[in-house]
Amino acid sequence: MSALLQVSDAHVAYGKVEAVRAVNLEVRTDEIVTIIGANGAGKTTLLNAVMGILPLKGSVAFAGHDVSKIDIEDRVAAGLSLVPEHRELFATMNVEDNLLLGAFRIDKATAARSFEHVYTLFPRLKERRKQLAGTLSGGEQQMLAMGRALMGAPKLLMLDEPSLGLAPIIVADIFRIVSELKAAGVSVLLVEQNAQAALKIADRAYVMELGEFILDGAASDIASNQRVVASYLGFQHEGASAI
Amino acid sequence: MNTTILLFLLQDGITNGAIYALLGLALVLVFAVTRIILIPQGEFITFGALTYASLSAGQMPGTIKLAVAMGVVAFAFDLFTFRKALHARRVLRSIAVNIVFPLAIWGVMWALGGRPGNIALNIALSLLIVAAIGLYLYRIAFQPIAHTSVLVLLIASVGCHLALQGFGLVFFGAEGQRGPAISSDAITIGALRFTGQSIAVYGITIALIVGLWLFFGYTLYGKALRATAVNRLGARLAGIRTSLSGQIAFLLASVIGAISGILIVPITTLYYDTGFLIGLKGFVAAIIGGLVSYPLTAAAAILVGCVEAFSSFYASNYKEVIVFTLILPVLVLRSLAAPEVEEEKD
Repeated sequence: MSALLQVSDAHVAYGKVEAVRAVNLEVRTDEIVTIIGANGAGKTTLLNAVMGILPLKGSVAFAGHDVSKIDIEDRVAAGLSLVPEHRELFATMNVEDNLLLGAFRIDKATAARSFEHVYTLFPRLKERRKQLAGTLSGGEQQMLAMGRALMGAPKLLMLDEPSLGLAPIIVADIFRIVSELKAAGVSVLLVEQNAQAALKIADRAYVMELGEFILDGAASDIASNQRVVASYLGFQHEGASAI
Repeated sequence: MNTTILLFLLQDGITNGAIYALLGLALVLVFAVTRIILIPQGEFITFGALTYASLSAGQMPGTIKLAVAMGVVAFAFDLFTFRKALHARRVLRSIAVNIVFPLAIWGVMWALGGRPGNIALNIALSLLIVAAIGLYLYRIAFQPIAHTSVLVLLIASVGCHLALQGFGLVFFGAEGQRGPAISSDAITIGALRFTGQSIAVYGITIALIVGLWLFFGYTLYGKALRATAVNRLGARLAGIRTSLSGQIAFLLASVIGAISGILIVPITTLYYDTGFLIGLKGFVAAIIGGLVSYPLTAAAAILVGCVEAFSSFYASNYKEVIVFTLILPVLVLRSLAAPEVEEEKD
């Protein structure tokens, strides 16, 4: 398995405050990687900087090319896609148009296949395809945001807190779909506060605290690490189910 | 006042209102997509009108030289942007858009050799020249600062207006000009006489509005522009370049401005600075529409046109004052109704 995304010695600062410090991150092909950590640890900042929304000091290589100097739009065209925390949908446009625009940078034939793929993953979106995105429920909006990102046939999908504010049953649904994506050849970088659910579907995990990675390794090892159990999983990690 | 005068004034108001509607729509479009309040819209009107009038009189308008010069600057800007990754395809595309396109227009005009071409050719050339200027204006003045605040963009916009107005004086002089009418026919219905020109104004306005509606509702690029207007970050994450949306918006706005100019130059004498005042009336309509609503802007434009027509009948000295005073109650009402918002930063 080769490295699809390789972030080396990344620093991200808001003015004088460094929100991310000396981070090294790797996502390989056909892998689900999760970054867990408390609110304010710098997870969202890191994802946004990898996408090019925030300036990053350090290097970001994607699919063998240095992408740290190119625009967001070109990173999208290269196959890197982000579903941001606030989803950033086109609220006054319908579901179908939102999805269509997700395929803005790819050819029509691939876009047609993407439509089919997205509607198979999220049958709910097909039912609501003429409804305005702003009128969807929170769960449906999350599905649409993921659907829009998948329309561009990305190699790596970065998900920022997909479970935030959603009912447990919908969270379970979304995590099931994330694990299905791996089978469909899409690698996933998942940032999540719901550590228990994230560690269940991930292959590898990083633990972030105050802007730095303090631990990394196979998801199963991380899930049984004493410190992680105490800080993020509570004392009942074995057999407990948050989803 | 009798019914005939009332009808005349209404007719006059609706004809002018139709032009203001076009300008107002262009302003709303540009603001929604780029957050720029397009003050130079007035220069697009003047340039379109006076380029057309010059061509019809068999003169070579100075605007073509401006288009070529701006194209060269835009190309230099592109090269500077590409310096980190100089792909042959991007450079060739930039040469085609910024260098070959204006030179080709110049070539056609040179081939005509100062002979007045026919009306359709003159209109087409005028539109192409102004479209090129609009496109390069965005590339040079706004694209490099696209992510700054609305205030900075507004200041740049005022600067562009002043610069272009200065160029207008150099190219066309202080004398007013008129252009030939698209059609000299007229039909009479009852007491009202409709000139071919006023019918052209209605027809072209309606065709443009329908065209814009189809463009935004049914084409990928139209939808991409709407997406940029609704959610800039979302659009960028979908791979839609803010600069592409901005260029399309400016292209549409400059063409709409030029069309408006060409439509009115046979009706009134235009000077190098007349466009600004006409553009401002479109702006009044756009403000009444809250810079977001297209239908409200179009309706407000017709209202502005009618208020102008009636005030020029009753108190012609105060015509402009009355029209621009319309904006005050609207601003007061809007500021009372709207909750306080911090300026969005992205």
